[in-house]
Amino acid sequence: MNQEKIYDLIIAGAGPAGISAAIYAARKGLDLLVVTGDIGGQTNWTGDVENYMGFQMISGAELADKLEEHVKKYNIPIKEQEPLVELKSEGRLLTVKTTGGVYTARSVIIATGKTYTKLGVPGEEEFQRRGVAYCATCDAPFYAGKIVAVAGGGNSAFEYAQQLMKITRKTYIINLAEEPTADQILQDRVLGAENVELMNSSMITEIIGDRFVRGIKVRSASGDPASERYLEVDGVFVAIGLTPNTSFTNGLEKNENGEIIVDNCNRTNIPGVFAAGDVTDIPHKQIVVAAGEGAKAALSAYLYLSRN
Amino acid sequence: MAKVKIYSLPTCPYCHKAKAFLDAYNIGYEEVNVATDKEGMEEMMSKTGQMSVPVIEIDDQVIVGFDRKKISELLGLAE
Repeated sequence: MNQEKIYDLIIAGAGPAGISAAIYAARKGLDLLVVTGDIGGQTNWTGDVENYMGFQMISGAELADKLEEHVKKYNIPIKEQEPLVELKSEGRLLTVKTTGGVYTARSVIIATGKTYTKLGVPGEEEFQRRGVAYCATCDAPFYAGKIVAVAGGGNSAFEYAQQLMKITRKTYIINLAEEPTADQILQDRVLGAENVELMNSSMITEIIGDRFVRGIKVRSASGDPASERYLEVDGVFVAIGLTPNTSFTNGLEKNENGEIIVDNCNRTNIPGVFAAGDVTDIPHKQIVVAAGEGAKAALSAYLYLSRN
Repeated sequence: MAKVKIYSLPTCPYCHKAKAFLDAYNIGYEEVNVATDKEGMEEMMSKTGQMSVPVIEIDDQVIVGFDRKKISELLGLAE
């Protein structure tokens, strides 16, 4: 808790956008604080990265380490395990409430990124880490020799299925649309496997289990109760996209996808509040783009501070 | 000295972070790779009731996930 101190800038989030913003702000001599759940963000669970300048090929986890190493070269206070809970604008000052404290600043950069979209069905919360998973790279080995379902029909879902089919007894792909949208080459590879079954126009309506997941209820995309089937599965991997992390209380304007609307200087509708990276409405969610946006946001915040 | 054991998967980024953290403080630990050690996996699942790594055991206290604060507290590390 620190009620007295007023920072020049508080950055919420420490993925590529937040880290880049922090480095740029530190180099401008701003008195800043970073509050975040973790360091590295989505980069941590990205597979191989082959399009970030300076590295022909690097794993997401390694890149996250390098980002952390880089930002820690600067003497920036970083509050980890302290995600943003509330952002409030009071006169010229901004109050940032996290799970661990309340801080005040003259400007704020929101770089909280995205997380996995949830199915929103009964049993999903209850069985998290007990059969419900969102990252095949991380959790696949727990399902060796078992039966799993992947929810989704895009590239992520098929990449998950590709990893899982190699070790599981059976992998179902439960796809809401009439046809998958994954790249054809990936579909061919996955659907050619004997232990994979694709169910189009279908959705999971409930996850059932005891200590661990035991099965799912699946219905046709229309939701017709007569179409309901029970499938025995030990795991459910959810790959239905990403949702921006904007659940903290705020008065920020967002688009129809829940992304924070920013202008070309990363300004939001609240004076002194900037946003950068995947949490914003910029097109092309890429690590290099997020890093660039973070730099822009820090420079814009610096200009704002020098004029206000 | 506390007895430290870490259940991990080679593909899990937070396992990697947890180990790097312990290394940085020169804390020795026993590692159980649950991808290859089936008994280790069962043991971990019965201790936590979860299929999630890393699991860090410090003496008889079990921590699920790379909870830096909890680990520091149990090992008496000043961060």
